[in-house]
Amino acid sequence: MNDPATRDGPLDPATLELFPRWRGRDLDELLWECRELLEDMDFPTVARWREGGGKVVGHFQVYFPEEIVHAAGLLPFRVRGAPIEPFQADSRFGSYLCSILKTSLELALSGRVELDLFVSHPICDAARNLAGVWGRNADHRCEILYLPQNATASHAPAYLRGEYDRLRREVETVAGQAVTDDKLRASIRIYNENRRLLRELYALRRESPWLLSADESYVLMALGGLMRREEHNGILEATLPLLRQREIRRQDRIRVVFEGGFCEQPPMDLIRAVARSCYVVDDDLLIGMRWILEDISTEGDPLLALADAYLNRSSYSPVQHDDRKPKERMLMERIRDAGAEAAIVTAAKMCEPGLEEQVTYIHALDEAKVPYFVSEFEENMSSFDHLEIQLETFVENLMFD
Amino acid sequence: MTETATSGADTDAATRPPADTAMEAVSTAEIVGRGNTDGNRLFKEWFAGLDRAAEEGRGAAYVFVMGSLTELLRCFDFPVVFPEINSLQTAVRHLAPELLNEAEDYGYSPDICGYVKADVATQLRGGTHPMGTIPKPAVTVCTNACNTYIKWAEIWERMYETPTFVVDVPGSRSAGEAFSTSDRAFANDRAYVETQLRDLIPRLEEISGVPFDIGRLRERLGWTNEMRRAWTRVLELNRSRPALFNALTDGTVYLGVANGLRATPEAAAYFRDLVEELEHRREQGIGTLPEELHRLIFVGVPCYPIFRRFGELFTEWGGVFVSSTYMHFASGGANAGPEYDLDRPLESLAEGLLAQTRAAMDSMFFQTDALLEMVDHYQADGIVYHPIKSCRTVSTGLADNRRAVMERRDVPSLFIESDMMDQRVVSEAQLKNRIDAFFEGLESRRLKSGTTT
Repeated sequence: MNDPATRDGPLDPATLELFPRWRGRDLDELLWECRELLEDMDFPTVARWREGGGKVVGHFQVYFPEEIVHAAGLLPFRVRGAPIEPFQADSRFGSYLCSILKTSLELALSGRVELDLFVSHPICDAARNLAGVWGRNADHRCEILYLPQNATASHAPAYLRGEYDRLRREVETVAGQAVTDDKLRASIRIYNENRRLLRELYALRRESPWLLSADESYVLMALGGLMRREEHNGILEATLPLLRQREIRRQDRIRVVFEGGFCEQPPMDLIRAVARSCYVVDDDLLIGMRWILEDISTEGDPLLALADAYLNRSSYSPVQHDDRKPKERMLMERIRDAGAEAAIVTAAKMCEPGLEEQVTYIHALDEAKVPYFVSEFEENMSSFDHLEIQLETFVENLMFD
Repeated sequence: MTETATSGADTDAATRPPADTAMEAVSTAEIVGRGNTDGNRLFKEWFAGLDRAAEEGRGAAYVFVMGSLTELLRCFDFPVVFPEINSLQTAVRHLAPELLNEAEDYGYSPDICGYVKADVATQLRGGTHPMGTIPKPAVTVCTNACNTYIKWAEIWERMYETPTFVVDVPGSRSAGEAFSTSDRAFANDRAYVETQLRDLIPRLEEISGVPFDIGRLRERLGWTNEMRRAWTRVLELNRSRPALFNALTDGTVYLGVANGLRATPEAAAYFRDLVEELEHRREQGIGTLPEELHRLIFVGVPCYPIFRRFGELFTEWGGVFVSSTYMHFASGGANAGPEYDLDRPLESLAEGLLAQTRAAMDSMFFQTDALLEMVDHYQADGIVYHPIKSCRTVSTGLADNRRAVMERRDVPSLFIESDMMDQRVVSEAQLKNRIDAFFEGLESRRLKSGTTT
């Protein structure tokens, strides 16, 4: 145990436990503690890390090669907005904008999280402005990472390797230490394990969705954005067996796929409301955490291996163009692979790529005769009664059709 | 790959006598206003060509203003279509409301880009457009300068099974990043862009059935060099007092030619003539307004649904837009970066695409320093920010940019929101109130400082 309050000597990230409260709890208590942590908008794990002298690199949605930051002994922090009022950030942005940009900046301006470096990605027209706005308002450095939009270009792996190398140099400056290939490989191993555990979590939902609701699954996954992945791995390793042993009776519910949570996140209560009506057997919530579909090689050049995985062994989202992964085909595969009977197709309010993709999805679902429910959400919404009634009606129509 | 000599007919248009020689022979009556007249004529001729292409069933190359790559695409004889320009024309011609409704009925949200929706409806109508029929796409080539370009291209991909080629152009990674061709990161970016062009060429050969001819590319780049040289001069000339053109209204005419006819001898000649006109006006002291009272910079995209009236709301007060960010990003950064090196056309095209597109992006995302420079160079009295609902690329950071500019310089600014396409979010009365109040403030400031024109 490397408690910052009692520690002597240098910080040892490998043993610094940021979230010990889950230990010794039964499953329900553990899930409750995890949810409390996820909904704590003062981000106690980040604060604890900083108390221990650690530095933090924030990164915006969707995908980010956290291994590079992890290998530098820093804490990668997934900036995914928050259900808070953007009192200070609101005046920095235009009117017709999704919420996540404003609340993400608010986290920094309000001091809820303190960063040493922020990295954003030009995933959409709004987000590509974020680096400029953030950089003008924050004390720490702000950088853009250009992930390829031409994934099949012959030079794309080499280019992305170069971009990751540039990121490595930035991160080394913040950390004050070199990120060697060996350190990178060690981090990749930890993240491979994390991806394996998340795959298990989702497999459990597909196979026995009554054992694990969509909101519980979401909490367990999202925690990974708040702590070092070795610690997250420990929680998942302890929780998965408990979930499998859970004694919950299977109910007659529709199996659905939830699509539209790749960037801005729906409120937890919305996810829970959906889970009350259906078994959500797959989703794209925080898809960046599950972006890489297979283990990344720990042989050879680790940066090239990371680049190759991003380009060639990855999931899909409306903000990446790849001829090999037309989004509507990928959604249909997700539905088929999960054995779902219907889809819930959502988009965050004012999310241009999400709203545009909705049209494509709807036409594809119509063609395939897959029932669907269309909705919009905002991370700050607080009333779900109307949505729940609509959803129940949708489900009843399917069940009694 | 083959190489041909420059065709005689094209050369005639591009090698006319230089402006200063020709100027002696032209009178004020002949020259003043020629830029707008010729620009409108060329624009109509371009659309007439598209109409003919549609009638003949020829597939077009669909491109966008930031990184259009027309130099390359014209080598394969594609008619070149700019859907952004098609869409804005439907707003200016008051057809946009019904097109937006049709696209929304099809499923598109009121909250997405109006250009996209107007185009979707135009495509659903078989390409029928106020300027003629728009040919269907044979290929789409887009950069990532605006993410909506890519989403838009995906619509045609699904509608027509059109191959889409995204040419990924990495932009600046942070504010104030020095543009150095010797930098390691720049070398990585340049290699990426160049390789993408090399990947693209065989696909264009396959789609068009026309073999790539590097001589033709060299010729096209030469015309673009001429145009860009003149374009840069046009921007510089408006530092004159009084201003020689209005960047909001006249600037849009110039942009139409700079985009639609880029890489043609006609565009090279047009801009050479335009420089001649503006030099003449400068010598004769002929401004764009009868009485120039306030020199302004425009930041954002024009309000096309009431385009003429929007301009008048400023000119009625003696306000003239001496410069705009629009002329920078909507020209694809035409004034930025080095000229194309005709001895190494493809490599130079890649460098130019990277430098120009990056400059276009910087003029939207990291514009603070550039705006302050503009204020100085153009002796501007104020800045007008016009964020629009339709375009988050341009609009998202403007409020914060305004704060940053105001912190560093005592320059009056106006922040008004409307749209480039959607009449439903354009309130002329509200705009007028805000604009009038802005000018009252400028007047008061001018009187206090004792400035006279």
